[in-house]
Amino acid sequence: MSIDKDKIKHISKLARISIDSKKSDLLAKDLTSIFKFIEQLNELNTDKVEPLSSILNTPLRSREDKIDDGKIREKILKNSPKNNEEFFVVPKVIE
Amino acid sequence: MSKDKFDYYIEGEKNKYEVIIGLEVHAQVSSNSKLFSGSATKFGAEPNSQVSLIDSAFPGMLPVINKECINQAIRTGLGLNAKINNNSVFDRKNYFYADLPQGYQISQYKNPIVGEGKVLLDMPYGSKEIGIERLHLEQDAGKSIHDMDPTSTYVDLNRSGIALMEIVSKPDLRSPDEVNAYIKKLRTIMRYLGTCDGNMQEGSLRADVNVSVRKVGDKKLGTRCEIKNVNSIKFMQMAIEYESNRQVEMLDEGKKIDQETRLFDTKKNETRSMRSKEDAHDYRYFPDPDLLPLKIEQKLIDDLKKTLPELPDNKKERFINDYGLNSYEANVLVSEKDISDYYEEVAKLSDKKLAATWMMGDLFAMLNDKGLNISNSPISAKNFAELVRSIKSGEISGRIAKEVFEIMVESGENPKKIIETKGMKQQSDPKELEKIINEILTKNKDKVDQYKSGKEKLFGFFVGQVMKQSGGKANPQLTNEILKKLLKG
Amino acid sequence: MSEIIKKDLSEIIELIKKKEIKSEELTNLYIDKVNKSKKLNSYITTCFENAIQKAKEFDRKPNINSLLPGIPLAVKDLFCTDGFKTTAGSKMLKNFIPKYESTITENLWKEGAILLGKLNCDEYAMGSSNETSYFGNVINPIAENTVPGGSSGGSASALAANLTPATIGTDTGGSIRQPASFTGTVGLKPTYGLCSRWGIVAFASSLDQAGPMTKSVKDCSIMLEAMAGFDKKDSTSIEKKKENYSKNLKTDIKGLKIGIPKEYRVENMPKEIDELWNKGKNILKDLGADIIDISLPHTKYALPTYYIVAPAEASSNLARYDGVKYGYRSSKGNDLIEMYENTRSEGFGDEVKRRILIGTYVLSSGYYDAYYLKAQKVRQLIKKDFDENFGKVDAILTPSTPSSAFKIGEKTNDPISMYLNDIFTVPVNLAGLPAISVPAGLDKKGYPLGLQLIGKTLDEQNILNVAYAFEKNCNFKNEIKNWWL
Repeated sequence: MSIDKDKIKHISKLARISIDSKKSDLLAKDLTSIFKFIEQLNELNTDKVEPLSSILNTPLRSREDKIDDGKIREKILKNSPKNNEEFFVVPKVIE
Repeated sequence: MSKDKFDYYIEGEKNKYEVIIGLEVHAQVSSNSKLFSGSATKFGAEPNSQVSLIDSAFPGMLPVINKECINQAIRTGLGLNAKINNNSVFDRKNYFYADLPQGYQISQYKNPIVGEGKVLLDMPYGSKEIGIERLHLEQDAGKSIHDMDPTSTYVDLNRSGIALMEIVSKPDLRSPDEVNAYIKKLRTIMRYLGTCDGNMQEGSLRADVNVSVRKVGDKKLGTRCEIKNVNSIKFMQMAIEYESNRQVEMLDEGKKIDQETRLFDTKKNETRSMRSKEDAHDYRYFPDPDLLPLKIEQKLIDDLKKTLPELPDNKKERFINDYGLNSYEANVLVSEKDISDYYEEVAKLSDKKLAATWMMGDLFAMLNDKGLNISNSPISAKNFAELVRSIKSGEISGRIAKEVFEIMVESGENPKKIIETKGMKQQSDPKELEKIINEILTKNKDKVDQYKSGKEKLFGFFVGQVMKQSGGKANPQLTNEILKKLLKG
Repeated sequence: MSEIIKKDLSEIIELIKKKEIKSEELTNLYIDKVNKSKKLNSYITTCFENAIQKAKEFDRKPNINSLLPGIPLAVKDLFCTDGFKTTAGSKMLKNFIPKYESTITENLWKEGAILLGKLNCDEYAMGSSNETSYFGNVINPIAENTVPGGSSGGSASALAANLTPATIGTDTGGSIRQPASFTGTVGLKPTYGLCSRWGIVAFASSLDQAGPMTKSVKDCSIMLEAMAGFDKKDSTSIEKKKENYSKNLKTDIKGLKIGIPKEYRVENMPKEIDELWNKGKNILKDLGADIIDISLPHTKYALPTYYIVAPAEASSNLARYDGVKYGYRSSKGNDLIEMYENTRSEGFGDEVKRRILIGTYVLSSGYYDAYYLKAQKVRQLIKKDFDENFGKVDAILTPSTPSSAFKIGEKTNDPISMYLNDIFTVPVNLAGLPAISVPAGLDKKGYPLGLQLIGKTLDEQNILNVAYAFEKNCNFKNEIKNWWL
């Protein structure tokens, strides 16, 4: 499958990464060759194969319903690029 | 307002339409800690104080599932008469928003924990079954606060990661009234089970409403629009009314309905389209590789089933069949588990029917007045039962009972004690009553003559005087009988 | 004294235990060499002050009963270290200081080890040559201008240059084993789930595993013992009893069945690699093992499968890097969406962006079935290939890499040729099996090449034994001259 600039635009919007026009050309080329490579899988008939659901055979482990975390607001906010003492602060979404 | 027939239709310019509604209810699971982290879940905490490294998606953090949340989902599924799936999978729902720290929500896509079920609604036109499509577990998002600053949004992640049960109904609802009944029923069931407190003001219960219309008689479903995140029943009803009328107007004008997501504007009372439509729905679901498939043993399901409390539908049947209550009474008394528990205690110790009447009348009025829940009732079930017994036995009259009730509310005391201390026993001795009545009649000879010559209204005056004389304790029935007898003669 | 840092970890531990050297002394030796070796660019962050302090503490009250008593260690900059920068080789996290410690590094410190520094790596572990790091390329100490391999390139380089006595890396498609092969060192990727992933910057959750990188197999067994163990904070962590890998190390492999998969003899395979493979076969045969030809028919589909699954998981794992909670935030952008787009455009390098786009694409509406679901099915087939053969053999021998270390910049223009570096290592991650790369010989240029031993699930002891036996009889000597000093 050939990946063109429009597809790059669409995917990069989904991934929230802005790509300029020049980079977009290069990416389209790279991705096209990568997709050609991964499409080798079409050589295999997998109609009767179950997808791998997990490498491990064990069922999901659960934990007790205890409150043993949280109450670390300072720690949580300390690393953020912008915050006041109580909240994370981000630019508004323009509806 | 009781109607025998269902009649919610929309008369368009050209055709008559019915409204098809499906609800996706998001119910916050009652649990101490979050679905995949050990942070607390209490409502109203200081911003970002109930947030762990996992909730705020720091690098290298991993989810571990809360056992109780699984149990709560199973219990709810059982309460909805639904199939519990022994195998289910957690998937990532990928999208970007400030209150979604991971950039994805852990949810369930093709393999939910609970499958098909049903809920019974009590409508004026009969009992109606609403199908449940599925129930799945997922993480709640945090809160974005837009109005504290002109250019910035403040983000509070307290709610991020709290367990939600998403309950998806089949498109079986047909009117705002049915939606009201459905939400209330779901709420009641979950409150009975203790799996969700159903507090809509605190956001424990929200719904996305799917609305479409079709000409009466058509079999095919119309294009539906989804109205997101409506957090009160009233708004749901208003949104449905607006939206269904909007769609009817469009169809009658020959226009097509676009399948889209809309918001309900609570100020303008109308729905409007959400601006960012493109890509909005490519969530790129895939099984979460940090979690393994969830296996639920049949034994767990059986064990949980054994410990379920009696659910409202069964309780209602029992109240009607065994306790002799009518449908309306039974409905009211099963509407909350606390109420039915209280009633059961009272009914065990006194006349079931009378207890129902007095609870629904005086007790509820008082609780309402004082803004109390029955769990905070100043009158205990035991004492209330005593009061009902005293009325039934004739020990006190209904009128006096109201006085005793008031005193019980203030003092929390046992009614027997109050009756004794205040000497409120009903005067039911015919001899004594005759004495009093004769006294009254003698004192008021002129009025007796007037009564005998036709002024029948004066009967009430005599009764009043007897009451006054007896301090309100005269047995009203006997008083009437004896007065009638003596006035004849 | 500086001869000490040339010794194996196990020998150094003995010296500490016998009190022939103090931890502070030892630590200073490494600090000295690291300061002189900046050309290799293997360290992103040095933690020398803290290391000396901890070394002094150890010397005051030495606990010689631990596995790594007073041993200073540098670790790949993918492990979150409490109070010390953890960058994942990216601009996105260039100033990120975690307030928590990864389980794996916590396990090392519990065994007496001391944090020496954070080692360079490909950005977010995506790369096979350590040429995608925001902090610059890492040089392979075997020769100027050569790549050390990746993504644990800094780890391999520092190890081979004796800038740390041992280290740990992560392996998602070969990121421990391939750089081990390129630098003439030992690298082991454990069974998926044996080592905890908690606190490691995630790349591809169903493939990532932390593992030891050492100068000898014995060292490797000591490190693995310190690292491995059940972690209840990781839902994919395996519950099993701890094993004494180093104590149980043995060289007797008589009767062991070693499988040679014919599909690993790829088209245009360099003759030297084939010869080395044969050499390995013969050494094992001479030690009494049975050499058995086997077939892993879906081998060639492993790399394409990997380049669907890994980017898909990565695209989701890296969604959290949005400039809101931590890390880099762009100053450009009028609203939230623009802030996201600029932050992620400026904060991520090209390879990471490439893989996020691939991953987003293969999961997107209309393509999920054809790509992601298909890849998961092929993954099942690849795993089945191994499962079936492990009924017949106890371990599988293959080359580690299709070439020795190449020159910096040689493969950066063609992503596919870069991806092909992992052709022998990737199937192992897809199947979740343990594998170790042991240095086996030198090529014409004098550059090292490694051989890989793949084992059954949780059979680390066995492949360590075979590697140990091989090592003893192979007599490989790493010819690293300190040209950069």
